[in-house]
Amino acid sequence: MHYSPILSPQPMHVPDGFLSVLVSLVFWALSVFVIGIALRKTNQSLGEREVPLMGVLAAAIFAGQMLNFTVTGGTSGHLLGAAIAVILLGPWPAILVMTSVVSVQALLFQDGGILALGANIFNMAILGVAVSYAVYSLLSRLFKRQSWGLFAAGFGAAWSSIFVASLALALQLSLSGTSPANIAVPAMGAIHALIGIGEGLITTGALAFLYAARRDLLKRGEARPAGNRGLLVGGVLAALVLAVLSPLASSNPDGLEWVAEQNGFLETARSAFFNIIPDYSLPGISNPALATIAAGILGVVIVFSMTYAIARADKRTPAQESMQR
Amino acid sequence: MQELYAHSHSGIHRLDARVKVIFTLAFVLFLSLAPARAWPAYILFLSLVLSAAVLSRLGIGFVQKRALLALPFALAALPLIFTGPPPTVLLPVFPGLQLSYSPDGLGRFASIALKSWISVQAAILLAATTRFPDLLFALQQLRVPKIFVAIVGLMWRYLFVISEEVLRLLRARASRSASLPGARRAGGSVAWRARVTGGMAGSLFLRSLERSDRVYSAMLSRGYNGELPAAESTPLAPADRRALALGVILLTFLWLLSLLTGG
Repeated sequence: MHYSPILSPQPMHVPDGFLSVLVSLVFWALSVFVIGIALRKTNQSLGEREVPLMGVLAAAIFAGQMLNFTVTGGTSGHLLGAAIAVILLGPWPAILVMTSVVSVQALLFQDGGILALGANIFNMAILGVAVSYAVYSLLSRLFKRQSWGLFAAGFGAAWSSIFVASLALALQLSLSGTSPANIAVPAMGAIHALIGIGEGLITTGALAFLYAARRDLLKRGEARPAGNRGLLVGGVLAALVLAVLSPLASSNPDGLEWVAEQNGFLETARSAFFNIIPDYSLPGISNPALATIAAGILGVVIVFSMTYAIARADKRTPAQESMQR
Repeated sequence: MQELYAHSHSGIHRLDARVKVIFTLAFVLFLSLAPARAWPAYILFLSLVLSAAVLSRLGIGFVQKRALLALPFALAALPLIFTGPPPTVLLPVFPGLQLSYSPDGLGRFASIALKSWISVQAAILLAATTRFPDLLFALQQLRVPKIFVAIVGLMWRYLFVISEEVLRLLRARASRSASLPGARRAGGSVAWRARVTGGMAGSLFLRSLERSDRVYSAMLSRGYNGELPAAESTPLAPADRRALALGVILLTFLWLLSLLTGG
C-alpha cells in the first residue's frame, strides 16, 4: 500500500531544476497573488463549515487520484480533479483545495519540486480551475436545454483544464531554456490531450453518479454572477492566449529562444567575467575524454570520502552522548 | 499511501522545522542559481545532501530509492542534446548512420538532470526528518495564511483514512471483475470502464462530503468557532539561528564556487 507516481505517471508536476529561477519566481509571485484573492473571497462567502469541507475534499481528490482504469497496453486513465472540485465547491474554494493538493504532493511525496511549486500551483490549481470554471459555466449555459448538457460541460471542463495546463507547462519549460518550444508544446499537448480524455470520462462518470444520487450538490459550481466574473473572464482569456501562443511559439521557436537567451544573458555575462578555469579538465592528461573521465572519478571519490568522513564523525557522537549521560 | 517520515533521534530530526524549511528552500534556490556545467559545485552540493542523509540515520539507500521519482521527467529536457546550440558533433552509431548532437546541449541536459536529482534528495530529507504537523506549524510561523494551513492540516489528517477508502473501492471493483482464464478480457469498452471509475470517484466524493459534515459537527462539539486554536509561536533558539546562518553561508560559498567553475 503506497503512493506510486511512477506507476501512474503525472507528467504535469515539474521537479526542481527544470525551470529557471526567474520563471519559478515569477510564477510563485503570480500564484501567491491569486491565492490571496481566493482566500479573501472564500472568507467572505463561506461560513466556518467550509474549512473541514475543503480539507476533507482535498484529501478525497488527492486519494481519488489513485482511482484508475486500464485503457490499453499498460496505460491507464486517472483523475486529477480540478474540474470536479470546481463543480462541487465553486471556483475560489476549488483553487484553495487544488493548491493544498499540489502543495502536499510536493511537500510530503516529492511529486513536483519546491522551487517549482509556484509554477505547479499556477498550472494545476489556478489555471486548471479557472479554465474548468470558464468552460463549465459557458457550456452548461449553452446546453441548458439538453439533458446531456451537464455532462458535456463536465467533460469539456475536465479535458480543457488538463490540456491548457499542459500548454502552460510546455511554455514555461521553453521559457526556461529547458526544452525547445517546437518539441515541448506538441509533445506535452499531445500527451495531455489523451490524458485529458481519461480525466473527462471519469469526471463525466462522477457527475452522472452525483446527478443520480445528490442532484442538489451540483448547484454550487454553477455561475454565480457577482464576484466570479473576473475568474470566468480570466479563465477564458488564459485558455485563448495559450491556445494562440503555443502554436505560434512552436512554429516560431526563435521568439521564445530569444526570451530564453535574455534569461541566460546574465549567466553568460557572469561566466565571461568569472572564466578563470577555461576548460574543465585535469592538467597533465592530454586526451580530453580521458581527462573528463578522470575528473568524474575524482568527483565520485570526493563525494564518497566526504560522506564517509562525516559519517565517521557522527558515529562517535552517540557514544559520547551516552557517556555524558 | 504511506508517509515518508522516518523516526529517529538524529540531530537533523531535532532541528527546528523552520530551520529545515528555510535551509531546504535556500539549498534548492542556490542550486538552481548555479550555472550549467558547474560540476565541482554540483559534487559539493551532492556531498552536502548525502552527508545529511547519513547524519539523519536514514541512509543513502533510503533517499535514493525515493529520488528515482524525478527521473522520468528528465525526458522533457532530453531534446536539448540534439537541439542545443552549435557546434554539433556527428556521432557514428552504426556504419552508415550518424547522429548529430550538440556537446553544449548535452552539458546542459546533464546539468539539469543532476540539479533535479540533487534537489529531490533535499526535499526527501525535509519530509523524512520532519513530522508533518511540525512542518505545518513551521509554515504558519513563516507567515503562510492560517486558513490555508488549517485546510492542509485537515487534509493531511483525513488523507490516510480516505486513501484506505479508495483502496477498498478498488478492491471491490477487482473482486467483481473476474474473468475466465483464456477468455478475452472481461468488462466493457474503455468508455464503460471509465464510467465505472467515474462512479467510484463520485461515490468517494459523496462519502467525503458526508464525512466533512460529521467532522464539522465533531469540531463544533469541541467548541470550534471558525478558528483553529493557534499554538504558541516561539522565537528560534540561538543554536538553531546559528545552524541556519552557517548553512546559508555555506550555500553562498558553494554558489560562488559554481560561478567560478560553471558556465
